[in-house]
Amino acid sequence: MNIPKKWVGRGVALVTGGSAIATVVLVLVVIGIVVQGGWGHLTRDFLLGSPEQGMTKGGIFPAIFGTFLLVTLMSLAGVPVGTITAIYLNEYVGQQSKAGRAIRFAVNTLAGIPAIVFGLFGLGFFINFVGGGADKVLYGGALHWGQPNILWASLTMALLTLPVVIVSVEEAIKTVPRELREGSLALGATRLETIWKVVLPQSMTGILTGAILAISRGAGEVAPILFTGAAYFLPNLPDGLTDQFMELGYHIYIMSTQSVDVEATKPIQFATTLVLLILTFTLNFSAIFLRWHLRGRALR
Amino acid sequence: MNASTKILTRDLNLHYGDKHALRHVDLDIPKNHVTALIGPSGCGKSTFLRCLNRMNDLIESARITGRVEVDGTDIYAKDVDPVLLRRKVGMIFQKSNPFPKSIFENVAYGPRVHGIKDKNRLEEIVERSLRGAALWDEVKDDLSKSGLALSGGQQQRLCIARAIAVDPEVLLMDEPASALDPIATAKIEELIWQLKESYTIVIVTHSMHQASRVSDTTAFFYMGEMVEMGPTQKIFTSPSQKRTEDYITGRFG
Amino acid sequence: MKRRIRIGEFLIEKGIATVAFASLGAIVLIFLFVFREAMPIFAMAPESLSGGHESISATGAATVGVSASYGDPVGEAESYGDPVGEPETYGDPPADTSRSGSPAAIDPAAPTTPPTPSTTGEPAGSVLSQILSGNWQPVGDHPKFGILPLVAGSIKVALIAILIAAPVGVFAALFTSTFAPRWAKEAMKPIIEIMAGIPSVVIGFFALTILASLVQTVFGLDYRLNALVGGIAMSMAVIPLIYTLSEDSLSAVPKHFTEGSLALGAPLWETNLRVVLPAAIPGIFAGVLLGLGRAIGETMIVLMATGNAALLSPSLVEPVRTVSASIGAEMAEVVFGDPHYVMLFVLGSLLFCISFALNAVAEIFIRQRLMAKFGGAS
Repeated sequence: MNIPKKWVGRGVALVTGGSAIATVVLVLVVIGIVVQGGWGHLTRDFLLGSPEQGMTKGGIFPAIFGTFLLVTLMSLAGVPVGTITAIYLNEYVGQQSKAGRAIRFAVNTLAGIPAIVFGLFGLGFFINFVGGGADKVLYGGALHWGQPNILWASLTMALLTLPVVIVSVEEAIKTVPRELREGSLALGATRLETIWKVVLPQSMTGILTGAILAISRGAGEVAPILFTGAAYFLPNLPDGLTDQFMELGYHIYIMSTQSVDVEATKPIQFATTLVLLILTFTLNFSAIFLRWHLRGRALR
Repeated sequence: MNASTKILTRDLNLHYGDKHALRHVDLDIPKNHVTALIGPSGCGKSTFLRCLNRMNDLIESARITGRVEVDGTDIYAKDVDPVLLRRKVGMIFQKSNPFPKSIFENVAYGPRVHGIKDKNRLEEIVERSLRGAALWDEVKDDLSKSGLALSGGQQQRLCIARAIAVDPEVLLMDEPASALDPIATAKIEELIWQLKESYTIVIVTHSMHQASRVSDTTAFFYMGEMVEMGPTQKIFTSPSQKRTEDYITGRFG
Repeated sequence: MKRRIRIGEFLIEKGIATVAFASLGAIVLIFLFVFREAMPIFAMAPESLSGGHESISATGAATVGVSASYGDPVGEAESYGDPVGEPETYGDPPADTSRSGSPAAIDPAAPTTPPTPSTTGEPAGSVLSQILSGNWQPVGDHPKFGILPLVAGSIKVALIAILIAAPVGVFAALFTSTFAPRWAKEAMKPIIEIMAGIPSVVIGFFALTILASLVQTVFGLDYRLNALVGGIAMSMAVIPLIYTLSEDSLSAVPKHFTEGSLALGAPLWETNLRVVLPAAIPGIFAGVLLGLGRAIGETMIVLMATGNAALLSPSLVEPVRTVSASIGAEMAEVVFGDPHYVMLFVLGSLLFCISFALNAVAEIFIRQRLMAKFGGAS
């Protein structure tokens, strides 16, 4: 079958262009449908109120609160560890070192592990081993730390988002020119002083970007918190590290698959999804803006 | 060793991996003089300079043998702290590298690092250093301006101010004016002439004119070896080595 | 005078190094703990997997902490249903003396020899054959832990997802990096990359509410939630991944390849297909592998869109249950230490291994491309 070349060429352009357009359209459609289904329900009461009548009425404030608490704790643990790791990889180990390669390998592997496996780790390590161990030592075996709660869920999430932070901070550290480091050392500063006074201040944008991206990921991933601390309905907001918590993504999941009257909760499902989407997108856009700003500075 | 020798090297060798970059360099640098290091590109003069304040320590593949003495102390001895050495022996780089901080913070960086916290002392040191670098009058009205907002020549003088703020005894300058226009260059050269009263200066330059204008002593490097050294006038008018003469007269390099 | 001291800094720098090794430690720990909770599977006797008996036979000296949790309060044992005298899957007389009635006799540490299977009647088969059977019914009187339906479910969904996402992602990348004019690229690329930021639970929600109905109407299917819907939804999560990696790969092809081909008179599309695309293949392939890994390991989308029925069938339009979904849905309800718990960790270990392997192979391809590029690609 001999098709004239011209048509093959047109066909190729069509297929590839079509794929790109289809993808773009898909994204817009998903966003559009969620917006359309949920926009009307986005009122102040919805955002600030608590669920009522079996989730068919009321608001989702506890879920919003829980999500914020989760990502805050997660960042407190993950951002410093990620930043320090990035510093170590760039300021202390050489190109060829075994230590550097081992750590990078570990980071890459972490990045590829499915989210649910992190959940299993949270259960097996944090809840059962650390929590259970703490219970044996502190409470003679009574169940206190050895169960799902916001602390373990946050730590699990911190581990999941660690690679994101490391990559972002590294990106920023690499833009600090060698001459600045040399200038500092030539004045009689130590390596640590140089890092603290010259490299880190210059890397702040990267650290911030990393934190934002990690938070965005942390707010969106549900699999790791399925059995490490999230709950569907709690009468009170979490006020201690041993409490469970409500969370936006988890709420959407349970509400849409297991609520008693799925049809009646539909508007709230859409609205909650919209809130989550707005949250994630705002975070991502901020990160993109920061990164663009960082690139601009590096070129100067 | 002469009482008026500040720095000396004996049989100094440096290898970058397999590359033998400095070969058996013996050099005496006199106190409170300006010593110029000249030679074609890649001859090792900058590498040599960096040995004097142990900046080559930063390069993984560099291996150094031989002796480098500052005021009679071997600086590569085990009990020598490179950090304190660099306070005594300062460096100005080819491309000016002010920190992205204010002028004040740039100059105060060194003293702060060495433990000076008192605001008044710092202000005093900053003013003294900026005067010493002939920059004070141009920036005194706004020390909070970013160091990066200055012109090329001013930035380099800022770097000089920064270096003298820690009160060194030696200043190593690696082609300090090569990135500057003639007027800024002239200002730097004039500054060097003034600074030699208080400091010992070693300057690497690829410009023979600059060397003859600015230095008292000149050493000619070629392919990692220090070929000849002597009073600047003698080197430029009647060098003893043929290689030196060839370079000076422009036959190569 | 120069001398060296600085203890504070020394300690801080050691601290930095220690923290940096945390990620290495984390990987080791994850590996250790996920696999450790799955280890009892090796010490288990077949009958404990098919229910009926208290799994006392986990005498595993190997399983230190876990075996202690077996033989928990007698009440627990009761819930296993089958009284001793009527073993389901094998005919051996109950040799486990520990079931003689008094709670004290249920001592997990006591070395009771596991009853040998298959001497009379129905052979129990080995643990392996239990696991590889086609029935996953972990809850009930006679729990069954055959993982085949789950594995099949994961494969079905992942395959459908890749079959859609790979071409679409690669073609879209080909378009924006080579064919598209600047303005089109600047408009489309960010939007496609935004897709990567959509949380999987949102995609799952979209699939559950809108996509499933759409697919059912268009194809006239019996089941609303099935492998097909799951696969299509999954592709939405995988496309941005494949797109980004392919785009990077294609953009990294040196411009002079393209220029050389055009200079010889080849049209742009042919240049792109014959010169640029092949040069980018290693990176693209790596992207597809990583996308596959994602499709296999992703949980929320399949939890919401596939119907969650552990059926083993070749049909693509019936509900399925994937490995990841099983872990996600069932883990919250299991008793710490019992066979169901162990099996879920076995599944988790399986996921870990698969994604690790795919990641490792993808790394090789990315590195290969870098080496070829710097080693003088021609």
